[in-house]
Amino acid sequence: MRSQAVDHIALLPLYAAAGTAVLALLADLFVGRRAVTVWATALGALATGVCALAVGPWDPTFCAIGGCSWVPTWPAAVAAALFAGLTAGVLALSEPSLRIGTAPAGEFCFLLACSMTGGVTVAYAGDLLTLIVGLETLTLPLYVLVGLRRFAPSETPSSRPAQSAVTFFLISVVSTAIALLGIALNHAATGILHLSLLGPAPAPFTALANVGAALLVVGLAFKVAAVPLHAWAPATYDGAPIPIAAYLSTASKLGGVLALAAVVARLDAGAVMSALAVLTMTVGNLVALRQIRMVRLLAWSSVAQAGYILAALAMGAAGVAAALAYAAFFVVLELIAFAVVVALRPAQPIAPAPVPAPAAPVAAGPASAPGAPGAATVAASVPSTLADVDGGTLDDYRGAARRHPWLGAAFVLAMAGLAGLPPGLAGLFAKVSVVEALVGEGWIWLAAVVVVNAVIALAYYVRVAALFYTVPSHPGIPVADPGLVYDATHPRHRVARPITAVLLATTAVAVVLGFLPQLLFNALP
Amino acid sequence: MYRDYVEPAWSAPQILLIALLVVPALGALLVALLPAARTRLVATAFAAVTFVLSVLPVLARPDEFSWFAYDPGDGPPMLPWIELDLPWVTSLRLEFHLGVDGVSYPLIVLTGLLTLLCCAYTKKKGLAALLLVLEVGVLGTFLALDLILFFLFFEVVLLPMYAVIAGWGGANRRAAARKFVLYTLAGSVLLLLGVLVVVTEAGTGDLVTLTGPSELPLTTQCIAFALLALAFAVKAPLWPLHTWLPDAHTEAPTVGSVILAGVLLKMGTYGLIRVAVGVAPDGAAWASPVLGILATVAIIAGALICLRQTELKRLIAYSSVGHMGFVLLGVATLSVTGIQAALVGNIAHGLITGLLFFLVGAIKDSAGTGSLNQLSGLRETAPRLAGLLGFAAIASLGLPGLAGFWGEAFAVVAAVQRGGPLWLTLAVVAAIGGALTAAYFLRLLRRVTHGPATPEAHTLPPAVTGIQWLAWAPLVLLTLAVGVAPSLVLGDTIQPLITLLGVGVQP
Repeated sequence: MRSQAVDHIALLPLYAAAGTAVLALLADLFVGRRAVTVWATALGALATGVCALAVGPWDPTFCAIGGCSWVPTWPAAVAAALFAGLTAGVLALSEPSLRIGTAPAGEFCFLLACSMTGGVTVAYAGDLLTLIVGLETLTLPLYVLVGLRRFAPSETPSSRPAQSAVTFFLISVVSTAIALLGIALNHAATGILHLSLLGPAPAPFTALANVGAALLVVGLAFKVAAVPLHAWAPATYDGAPIPIAAYLSTASKLGGVLALAAVVARLDAGAVMSALAVLTMTVGNLVALRQIRMVRLLAWSSVAQAGYILAALAMGAAGVAAALAYAAFFVVLELIAFAVVVALRPAQPIAPAPVPAPAAPVAAGPASAPGAPGAATVAASVPSTLADVDGGTLDDYRGAARRHPWLGAAFVLAMAGLAGLPPGLAGLFAKVSVVEALVGEGWIWLAAVVVVNAVIALAYYVRVAALFYTVPSHPGIPVADPGLVYDATHPRHRVARPITAVLLATTAVAVVLGFLPQLLFNALP
Repeated sequence: MYRDYVEPAWSAPQILLIALLVVPALGALLVALLPAARTRLVATAFAAVTFVLSVLPVLARPDEFSWFAYDPGDGPPMLPWIELDLPWVTSLRLEFHLGVDGVSYPLIVLTGLLTLLCCAYTKKKGLAALLLVLEVGVLGTFLALDLILFFLFFEVVLLPMYAVIAGWGGANRRAAARKFVLYTLAGSVLLLLGVLVVVTEAGTGDLVTLTGPSELPLTTQCIAFALLALAFAVKAPLWPLHTWLPDAHTEAPTVGSVILAGVLLKMGTYGLIRVAVGVAPDGAAWASPVLGILATVAIIAGALICLRQTELKRLIAYSSVGHMGFVLLGVATLSVTGIQAALVGNIAHGLITGLLFFLVGAIKDSAGTGSLNQLSGLRETAPRLAGLLGFAAIASLGLPGLAGFWGEAFAVVAAVQRGGPLWLTLAVVAAIGGALTAAYFLRLLRRVTHGPATPEAHTLPPAVTGIQWLAWAPLVLLTLAVGVAPSLVLGDTIQPLITLLGVGVQP
């Protein structure tokens, strides 16, 4: 066995990502302060992104005859930077709940950084095994993160996070097994693992190789929650803490898309992919129409969005650039949407368990303050109770833009972008690039399915965005100005600083990409 | 090629084109951020500046016949008065290519004027900001000389118009707004498909290059024209794709209705002329009989529905379907006369229906009802309003000497000129439709202005306020002016239309 030359500069992003994980672990072990651990992880994630972009395209390394296992290209660097940015963003979104102790900070940061390492590996992978190892490293920590939720003594413990984690774990393991079987069959037929060498198998093994390719695509389709392999996604998203749901629907999905793109660019899977694409976008959009819970709506919408990416990938190599561009635009807009949800659903302090007795005698209950019915009503109608840290129902967001006009504006930008309409120009260019690639390659029927789905999708995007601006008519007594009653019963709360930072940064990226999408297109082949 | 002669340096006209989009956008931003007290003034000021800018391109209008110098043999090239061409997204073949010529200029001025009047008319801050955003989208659509850029601006108006209807509309505003936005998005995704079919086949989205005799194969042209025509038929709207319009108009606030009827519908007809006919003339020739038949059905259907309407705004909305039918009939003839009729019909409809919606909105706001059964005798209780309504209704039914006449009459003339049994039949039926238009407008006047005054009619203030005069007088004057001198609109349209249709000069 010949030893391979290793180019350490090419590996710099991976070193930074893995170093971040180790740093988080050590910081937790030796310093033990939440702030230090979180800051170390966030800075490490940012450093990873900077490394990826600074190294950019570089000589490939871990090369054997005919192919290399680590291939730094511009698309890989952009994807790695996206993983790093998403990790930093999700970490910042989680900071308020880490602060009150819903999850142990050290473990949380370590697992998240591990997941980022997997993402970086997927981005640069040059052979099928590295790809699968990267994908598993990306996914494994998420099983834990989905279920990692402490309950305060005053809280009713719920098994929902654990259920979600187990569902996610089982489905993921099965899908990895299927993907590995596909790789094995394909390898048996062709003897090839390197992506650059993948291609049609020689005559007697063609059928075997095709079965392998189909199984591989199906296994990876689980990861992007393509219909009919999607059933885990909405349940898992809804049970997970919101920032982790955001990570699942952005970074985890991006990993799946990258893996699929690497495979379908070389192996012909047009038939499977176009069937998956049509089913995914249509079912995703139709089911999203009926959702009444916020996170589930976003989950189904992200299922549908994956369908548009799969449609581009159905064209094979010709659609890879459009698919990656769409995925990049999509994760930015999706992160904005989730950040707004996190900002509007503040985590309640549970660690010190503020039993109301000494702290707030007025709000202690109607029994102790019979003369203050107003205060009691106000306390009762505040929607967030202690256990209510999930996304809540759509009704909980009624009139939210009245309290937080900037959050409302950011949410409108995200929804418009996901629907592919101005002012979400980034989303519009994403849609145009996919449809243009489809029309250019002669897949007009698939382009038609995509645009019909865009119309269906607008129905729920516009509904949920409009909800932010409607003031509910107060049930019970008629009042002169329902707006005033609403303001009195829905006091505005301060949005935590890390969440504001994430929103500002992501919105800035979305606006810049909206006006200068060529920046992204230049980085993709 | 002509474009090789354009100098890349920034010149005043190019800055003007940018300013036409930037000024209203800045205005919208400022109005949204300022506290509500002063916004009416700020919005009106920005709209006024935009209006002045929208008039200015006339200064760059070339002398007559100068295009002969460029004639390469198979029809003159398209020569915008002023243009600006910057690369934007090269991977999508999207260029930031703007320009003004004789076809788009009147519509640009109309947009500037109506937005100014509406901004002055409305007191609501959010509404004024959205009107300015709408103006950006509409002006961009009329200015765009790149297919994908045209699509982009076409999409800009969707969500703001949704917000106008859903935020400030009547009782059923949500449903109406949702219907509007889904219908029109369905139209614009067809536009996206059509545009991309053309762009991928031709390798460019540049309208200057694509306009005129087309190199595209006939099948592509037919597919592209079918997609584009369907897209614009939703927006225009053409029967039977018009069902979103009456609901949207009935529920929209007054200024929303004015902008919707006055300029948003024009995006459909303008797009049909500039984009659909422009890039796929052979496809247009293939589809023109169908388009003509549908347009004529729209005229008759609109008129018959109007005869049965008992709600003022709904009646005006359906009358728009009929008027747009005349415009589309003009386009369908694919002759210079027909398209000129369409252009002047566009402007006339924008002025007259804009005025009608202002008046009807004022009546509905103060009387609290728009029902013909409850309104009667306005002649006695509000004589000035009744007089203006009479003027607008008579202009709308196409009395010679007022703006509405030219579009309707010459659409019929163009159909007769086209000849053949089909077009003669269409001309006759359209003329009957014109007579029905007179019938329902006279019915409207008889019901609303004459007869004994109802209690609701007594609630109307007898006088017309200053701001109302300010908003309505320009429309009244322009209706008269275009009626007397249609060359105001048609001044420099012959040459662009010859280029567009790729035909020789027709007498």
